[in-house]
Amino acid sequence: MRHFIFFPPEASVYARHVDWILFGLLGVSAAIIGLVVALLLVFGIRYRRGSRAPRGPLPAWVSRDVEIGWTVATLFTFVFIFWYATASFLTTIGAAPNALEIHVVGKQWMWKIEHSNGVREINELHVPIGIPVKLVMISQDVIHSFFLPALRIKQDVLPGRYTSESFTADKTGTYNLFCAEYCGTDHARMGGSIVIMKKADYQKWLDAQPGAENLAGQGRQLFVRLGCAGCHFEKGHRRAPDLAGLYGSYVELADGRTVRADDSYLRDSILQPKRDIVAGYAPIMPSFEGTVSEDQIFELVAFIKSYSGDAETTQ
Amino acid sequence: MSDAVLDDTSLPHDVSTFDKGYLGDGHTLRSWLLTTDHKRIAILYALTLTIFFFIGGVAIALVRIELVTPAQDFVTADEYNRLFTLHGIIMVWFFLVPSIPATFGNFLLPLMIGARDLAFPRLNLFSWYLTVIGGAFTVYVLLAGGVDTGWTFYTPYSSIYSNSHVIAAAIAVFVAGFGTIATGINFIVTTHTMRAPGLTWFRLPLFVWAMYTVSVVIILATPVLAMALTLMMAERFFGVPIFNPQGGGDPILFQHLFWFYSHPAVYIMILPAMGVVSEVIPCFARRRLFGYDFMVYALVAISVVGFFVWGHHMFVSGESPYANLVFSFLSFVVAVPSAIKVFNWTATLYRGQITYEAPMLYAFGFVGLFTMGGLTGLFLASIPIDVQATDTYFVIAHFHYVMVGGTVSAFFAALHFWWSKITGRMYPETWARFAAVLMYFGFNFTFFPQFIMGWAGMPRRYGSYPPEFQIYHVLSSAGAVVLAAAYLMPLGYLTWSLRWGRRAGDNPWGATGLEWQTSSPPPTHNFDKLPTVERAPYDYHPEGYVETGEAARTIEASQKGGEQE
Repeated sequence: MRHFIFFPPEASVYARHVDWILFGLLGVSAAIIGLVVALLLVFGIRYRRGSRAPRGPLPAWVSRDVEIGWTVATLFTFVFIFWYATASFLTTIGAAPNALEIHVVGKQWMWKIEHSNGVREINELHVPIGIPVKLVMISQDVIHSFFLPALRIKQDVLPGRYTSESFTADKTGTYNLFCAEYCGTDHARMGGSIVIMKKADYQKWLDAQPGAENLAGQGRQLFVRLGCAGCHFEKGHRRAPDLAGLYGSYVELADGRTVRADDSYLRDSILQPKRDIVAGYAPIMPSFEGTVSEDQIFELVAFIKSYSGDAETTQ
Repeated sequence: MSDAVLDDTSLPHDVSTFDKGYLGDGHTLRSWLLTTDHKRIAILYALTLTIFFFIGGVAIALVRIELVTPAQDFVTADEYNRLFTLHGIIMVWFFLVPSIPATFGNFLLPLMIGARDLAFPRLNLFSWYLTVIGGAFTVYVLLAGGVDTGWTFYTPYSSIYSNSHVIAAAIAVFVAGFGTIATGINFIVTTHTMRAPGLTWFRLPLFVWAMYTVSVVIILATPVLAMALTLMMAERFFGVPIFNPQGGGDPILFQHLFWFYSHPAVYIMILPAMGVVSEVIPCFARRRLFGYDFMVYALVAISVVGFFVWGHHMFVSGESPYANLVFSFLSFVVAVPSAIKVFNWTATLYRGQITYEAPMLYAFGFVGLFTMGGLTGLFLASIPIDVQATDTYFVIAHFHYVMVGGTVSAFFAALHFWWSKITGRMYPETWARFAAVLMYFGFNFTFFPQFIMGWAGMPRRYGSYPPEFQIYHVLSSAGAVVLAAAYLMPLGYLTWSLRWGRRAGDNPWGATGLEWQTSSPPPTHNFDKLPTVERAPYDYHPEGYVETGEAARTIEASQKGGEQE
């Protein structure tokens, strides 16, 4: 790591874009503070007590017209800055399709990272350049915040709810990773680095990792071990909904609502199965709250996402 | 009001400061602890808050020592977390929020509107006791081992996970909050019902308007803090699931409730400061305040719009991006009236007869630092910038520019401006000017580097950090030494002036407010004959006035009189 930093490295197009907004704001602010300080100095010196500067009467209209003038001017300037800063933000709502999805679990005081091919790391995040990455994050205890200064992104990581942040890095290197939301004793140590690599290097790194089955495969094993398969893979008369092709579809619930089966829905259905009962089924599924950890839920969800109802499902 | 200017050559009396006016009205402990005189209660508040200011200052001094090196080597991580939490809780609730209203507001509001006391004198004393009880809880927390949640008490850390004295700390804030509410009610009723004959709303000094608007914000916002803390304590103590997601709660709900109070609380801290500066600048520029009406509208606009911007503290919390847009826009809107006020203070100098006594230097410092704080607020209102800057030292620098550069500078401006009214003595001018300039430079020295390291990614609440940030922490800690010296100096020379300071006379500045028409220190009943008001405030030299003002000559005369003493 370097021993001095004046301006943070820019490791994505977005980071450079944010910096241009910063420079725009710095320019406007310098102009405003320059004006205020210049007026303070000029008036302060010119109209010091006893100076010879003339002090004729102000015409009656001066006060009102000047007030309205600078009120309107300030309002326009500020609304312009709002527009300038917000326009770029609007384009970042919603992640790129086909993003490389990486799962992050925050806990006191470490980051656990699960790649979709099953590779795991702690307090380090390896990503390739040029490929959109989407981090799907959840906390096991208190609120944390996943902060990557070189990419100008930060997102709180909440217990009980998925949040995400997306980026496309374009500069290789090792950069800071911090927890930005105060989380207790070792908050200051809950960090590490993001390693941005060329695609070939990234592949090499992946291959060198201890061989593990991919996340969906681990999820399938877990699915069977926890006994989920008993009902969900049952043939013929079903006690539980079929999971094939479920992810992303719309599900009709017993109470008449329709919900989209996304990550949060699947997570809630594992932990609080009585909340969203699928139409036509009895509420017999037990809760897995306390039985499965957040990283295991990521595996289960990854499995359900990938599951399309292949042949050798039942055991 | 202007004839008060000429009536200013009162010579020293043969009595000690403590035998005059309200100060001479009893010397026993009982005469202080059971007083209902708003001026004595103001003194009680001033002493209490000064103690807390220095406790909070010691806490942050230890933090700044730890941060000189990147490693966690001076205190442990747990101690560090307790120190910055203590600093935050004490400085926000036991200094900044009550600072100007409870001391100067209490002392001056009745004097400025020509009243004999506040509307509810016993309630006023009660609010001081509430502050002291809250303070006692804080001291208990400190002695029992501290609290480590940060001043923001975020759940579920505070309600489930923290192993520290969260409940006692929350009770401290809860109780002190009711003290503030009581003061707010008192000020509102007093302003409505006890103004002198002829003192219409648009003849009120800006300081009174500031006290009035801040009181409205206090009584609307503080109860929400009380609710948020009560719910948090209910979860921690009784296990009622409200914020903890494992019980079906929502941790973000706490943040909404907390910031619904705590953003208006920023205005609770800055509006009184704006009121002070609006008194000081016209007096030392010998000039009517520019755009009085607009200054009043700006205060009202800030207090109203200030209630609708809390979500800008939560841009990265998982709040809906569309809610973020609305909060961002409103945050830009609320900055407009603040900018108007800066322009008006500056324009007040135009064609003035300006002198630079210590209160004016502090007021100039306020305008410069507040402008910096306000402008960096625009950065944080911009969503992409805030995503990078939030929870870093950029935010720390921003709100210290507003609350310390702004409010504390104004507090010292007020202290020097009204010192003679409160004590009957003048402070030593040279020392005070030196302290004012030192405070300005010490402040920038401490906090400007924090903008740079914050943008570079240095997170807040870190007792250890990567070595590339060290240079900024060293600068900041060195600046804090200068700043500490600048804060300690007034403690020394103001105490000195109580006995050896030059006697001030009733109106050493030739100021126009009603408070200057009574003697210094004022009698317990404030005015021998209740004043009537026939003119607008800030009736300083008329338009087109060229030569050195009559008022200015009077100042010289009284200074000569003082030196001969």
